[in-house]
Amino acid sequence: MLGAPEFRARGSGRTHAEHPIDALPLVRALQSSADMSWEEEIIGGAHWSGVLRRGSLLRLTARGDDANVAALFYSREQPLERYNMADTLKAQHTAHLTTGCVCYSDMGRILCSIVADTCGWHDPICGLTDDAAIAARYGATSFQQQRNARYVSGQQAMLVELGKYGLGERDLVANINFFSKLLVDDDGRMRLATGHSRAGQYVDLRFEMDTIVLLHAGPHPLAEGSVYAPPGIGLTMSRAPLMAEDDVCRMRCPENARGFVNTERYHAA
Amino acid sequence: VNAVTPLAAMTDTVVPAGEPWMGVVRAGATIRIVDLEGNQAVDTLFYNARDTAEHYSAQTTIQAQRSIYLTTGSVLLTNRGRALLRIEQDDCGRHDTLGGACSSESNTVRYALEKRHMHSCRDSFLLALARHPLTKEGSLTKRDLPSNINFFMNVPVTPAGGLRFADGISAAGRAVELRALMDALVLISNCPQLNNPCNAYNPTPVRVLIREDA
Repeated sequence: MLGAPEFRARGSGRTHAEHPIDALPLVRALQSSADMSWEEEIIGGAHWSGVLRRGSLLRLTARGDDANVAALFYSREQPLERYNMADTLKAQHTAHLTTGCVCYSDMGRILCSIVADTCGWHDPICGLTDDAAIAARYGATSFQQQRNARYVSGQQAMLVELGKYGLGERDLVANINFFSKLLVDDDGRMRLATGHSRAGQYVDLRFEMDTIVLLHAGPHPLAEGSVYAPPGIGLTMSRAPLMAEDDVCRMRCPENARGFVNTERYHAA
Repeated sequence: VNAVTPLAAMTDTVVPAGEPWMGVVRAGATIRIVDLEGNQAVDTLFYNARDTAEHYSAQTTIQAQRSIYLTTGSVLLTNRGRALLRIEQDDCGRHDTLGGACSSESNTVRYALEKRHMHSCRDSFLLALARHPLTKEGSLTKRDLPSNINFFMNVPVTPAGGLRFADGISAAGRAVELRALMDALVLISNCPQLNNPCNAYNPTPVRVLIREDA
């Protein structure tokens, strides 16, 4: 096929005068990079990755109710060192993440810390959606039919982002689902709390190591309903304030104090 | 594709505490693990023996069964969503798959910086991967250590979202038996942890039996 019709229509009969190049966003971007900050939007269903340096702060803001964002963390210096669900849960005696919790690597160090959280509960247990689960719940889609509105599974999203760093299936470990609350009863049965997160809620991650961050703004694997409409996620990166003596993450438990010592030793020059 | 050769595999062996063990359970065969003296955590991973990039996935498994505990009827799924083994018999009633394996590095965080020297499951896993004829020469490495199963270990999650390492609910002679639904490579660390009640502060041997006649 030569030239998709809608593309021709959009490009024809318009002049530059009608659509002057708006330089303001570019100027704003340049200004913000000068003071070490940036903003970006992950639209609902999309995936993203980037490197967050030690000392940077990343705010994830839910752009709609019942958001979910799957997240994985890898050391930028040696990606074989990666987020470890079990060590994160065991060290902090918790099955949910919120302010004061840190995300441990499998080497006893802290990749990032949750220094603020207006949502209150993030799920570190339940994992990613896969292609079969997405198709079964929301219906089969393809790029050919739906273009960029197709439904991408969490597993597919992570494999694509991993590949950009020379990583792959062997590196895909248990993830965090931010903004989702997983309830477990005494018999071990799991249920996703409904109406948990609200538009505008945010979680602040302070990076303690140079970290490859993978994110997917897709539905939680236990989400109810058959309408695929995951909210977008706002990203705001800034420089984190220096850690205070009474830092909420360091003071949470003696385990975290030792985790910070391990992390500081790693960076000792 | 990294594959191991699934040789005939009748096995009846005792794995002392602090030792790893590797073997193959062919499709249709059973693997039985016996907690000989009681309350002994057995950290275990399974791989597709014909393509070891496909392995047990704790998340896929608990998501599919909507429950965090493994017991009779649990189907262990791979990271590709396929059935790897099924638990056919369980005297214990509950096995953990969230607590992961201990490591010398996580021991420094959990207990004390001075505990780095103590033996750990991940050290056992790494030594087995480095030395065992099935996997030596780097075919499987630390990259290939996802979240594992802890047979006979009790790690309750509370409704308030807490996580505890509770006293064991296993006892001497209790066993768990699984049937392989594809040729499975088995990697076991019989846990040497001395700092919490997962081994009742006294790590003990376990028995591993693989049978093809069942």
